[in-house]
Amino acid sequence: MRILILLLASLFVLPAQAALKIFSTVPEWGALAKEIGGEKAEVFTATSGLQDPHHIQAKPSLIAKARNADLVIATGAELEIGWLPLVQRESGNPRIQTGQSGYFEAARHVSLRDLPTRLDRSEGDVHPGGNPHIQTDPRNILSVGTALVQRMAELSPEDAVTYQANWKSFGERWRAAIARWEKQAAPLRGQPIVVQHRAFPYLEDWLGLKQVAALEPKPGVEPSAAYLSKLLVQTAANPPKLILRAAYQSPQASEWFAHEAKVPVVIVPFTVGGNERAKDLFGLFDDTVDRLVRALK
Amino acid sequence: MNYTSHVVVAACAVLAASPALAADPDLKILREEIAQMKAAYEQRITTLEAKLARTEAIAIAADDSARQASVAASQKPASEAAFNPGISAVLAGTYTRLSQDPNAYAIGGFVPTGGEVGPPRRSFGLGESEIGLSANIDHLFRGQLTFALPPEGGGAEVEEAYIQTLGLGYGAAIKAGRFLSGVGYMNGQHAHTWDFADAPLAYKAMLGGQLKNDGVQVKWLAPTDLLVELGVEAASGGPFPSTDRNKNGSTMGSIFAHVGGDVGNSNSWRAGFALLRTSPRDRQYADQDSTGASVNNAFSGSSRTLIADAVWKWAPEGNASSRSLIVQGEYFRRHESGSLAFDVDSTNQVGDYASLQSGFYGQAVYQFMPHWRAGYRYDRLNSGTTSLDLVNNGTLTAANFPLLASYKPRRNTLMVDWTPTEFSRVRFQLARGQSRPNATDNQFWLQYIVSLGAHGAHNF
Repeated sequence: MRILILLLASLFVLPAQAALKIFSTVPEWGALAKEIGGEKAEVFTATSGLQDPHHIQAKPSLIAKARNADLVIATGAELEIGWLPLVQRESGNPRIQTGQSGYFEAARHVSLRDLPTRLDRSEGDVHPGGNPHIQTDPRNILSVGTALVQRMAELSPEDAVTYQANWKSFGERWRAAIARWEKQAAPLRGQPIVVQHRAFPYLEDWLGLKQVAALEPKPGVEPSAAYLSKLLVQTAANPPKLILRAAYQSPQASEWFAHEAKVPVVIVPFTVGGNERAKDLFGLFDDTVDRLVRALK
Repeated sequence: MNYTSHVVVAACAVLAASPALAADPDLKILREEIAQMKAAYEQRITTLEAKLARTEAIAIAADDSARQASVAASQKPASEAAFNPGISAVLAGTYTRLSQDPNAYAIGGFVPTGGEVGPPRRSFGLGESEIGLSANIDHLFRGQLTFALPPEGGGAEVEEAYIQTLGLGYGAAIKAGRFLSGVGYMNGQHAHTWDFADAPLAYKAMLGGQLKNDGVQVKWLAPTDLLVELGVEAASGGPFPSTDRNKNGSTMGSIFAHVGGDVGNSNSWRAGFALLRTSPRDRQYADQDSTGASVNNAFSGSSRTLIADAVWKWAPEGNASSRSLIVQGEYFRRHESGSLAFDVDSTNQVGDYASLQSGFYGQAVYQFMPHWRAGYRYDRLNSGTTSLDLVNNGTLTAANFPLLASYKPRRNTLMVDWTPTEFSRVRFQLARGQSRPNATDNQFWLQYIVSLGAHGAHNF
């Protein structure tokens, strides 16, 4: 009995630690939190770059991690609606409940695009709050980071100075990198492209790409062969320069279309960890811009 | 800029005002030039000031209109409906071909549970329609109400109605009301999320389909990276295997533990263990005596059920969009002891009763391409040999208890389902059930299940 009490007591003592424990739903915010937190943050990322962040189950490992988290960073805009609310409830952790300071939604800090004008499930996977794939524009990373560093400083005031310093250094390098990417991507401006899933409105806005079609007839609905053939005819007059697809999406439709239309498929990492080179946020955009520019040549 | 021009003007003024040099003609020219410069500067300053005033006015106007716009955007029409809970509905329908009469369904060797465990009626049938309402009640609680509308009518049934705490702290969570018990793996899931059209035989025989009671559940999550969850439930009895006791205190108690985690990026698992204890009184069931006349018998005593469950899920890199595999199994073992009353409505002969029964199912569901899955399930039960004092001491014969005759029910089930989106599913199921002696039931099911409204939770 005494041993049992000691064991239970030791379990309660365990959570005492120095670093802020962060649970990030997707890799990009995990990477951002690492940039800001440095040594003073322990970051767990719930999904990898090869998973669709919408189709995730409230796995035991996620519930266990959320139990001890000080801060949950989610994208929001209903991206994680299928599993995060359940993880929050099952965790029994009051800090990370919606509305608490330990719950942070990135999408609240950027202006969202593709706000649906019609909310109906027959329109496919529509997100009532707007398109949640905000991480494809590096300027959004800055907006989210500015809010995130404040939140992290509020949760861990003793590390606030470190967070601010890390953020300042990251911000300078990031702005310089944006200027570099924009210069490199200048030839992409105004180029017609086709996307597999409507996942890139922010990237298109940033680089001035012109989306002429999406292979999915409705968001999240796989195209039929007949639909693809129809698209092929439609785009023949103004042929796209490339087809854009995220690493986690299935290849069939874009491969077929690329073969028929004789244009290259660009598989962008989409998030940190989406491919070998996208090891961090800088790598993510280095690789994305390189691939796009290379496809144009 | 302003400061510099002031200095220049002042310097010029000092020079211009110097009387000692007034006579020099050169100086006069100089003075005139300076005066011109001064005038020019003053003009420029005035122009700049005017420009600044204009810009300020524009900025103020812009700020004003931006504020007005943001105020307008933040105003929503006041409405009583603004706090409506999330509403969802589940619709299901079946078409079945059954070689045995579903009304005569029984599981050999096992006491009937009184639950709706048989297959649906033949031909076209409506499944249970479900309506769910859920929302946060306040900052402390969340509420969920699910009612089921049985196809045969008879009014809505409260399927679940509970409140649960929102982040109580220290990993604790409390649920109260009527809810699906946390024992086993499938028990806590709504039937429409199951991978087969009906419950495994073990659930049908041991829990009357699914265990849900009116009571309280307390769960605690250990602060470890491996999921370790402990739970305890106390409930008033009612549904099988308990009975309504009309007494203070709880009639049904259960404890359960779950552990789970990941293996690499591609695998997740969970295993659990549960004990369920209750002491039913006068739990009646209908049987036939040796002459074939129907009689009601009743059991009173204690009932203990042990459940062990495990599930393993695989998907390449954890991305289940094109391929995935789910393997799961549960084992049940029930010990009941007490007394059995034969023909309670007339002779009411009472004798000791003891049974040790077990059962399990194992199933695998493989997603072989996007939206398509195929699965196989094997069910087996063992009724053991029920010890009846009334038979052992010669008062009655075993023929008076045909339902309790020792038997090992089993069933093989195959299914294929198509899930075009996460909100709809169409399923084909073939089963060969030998749930009672000498009556092999070949079943064909065609079923649709859809959910509409609020987005459902992706349970593991």
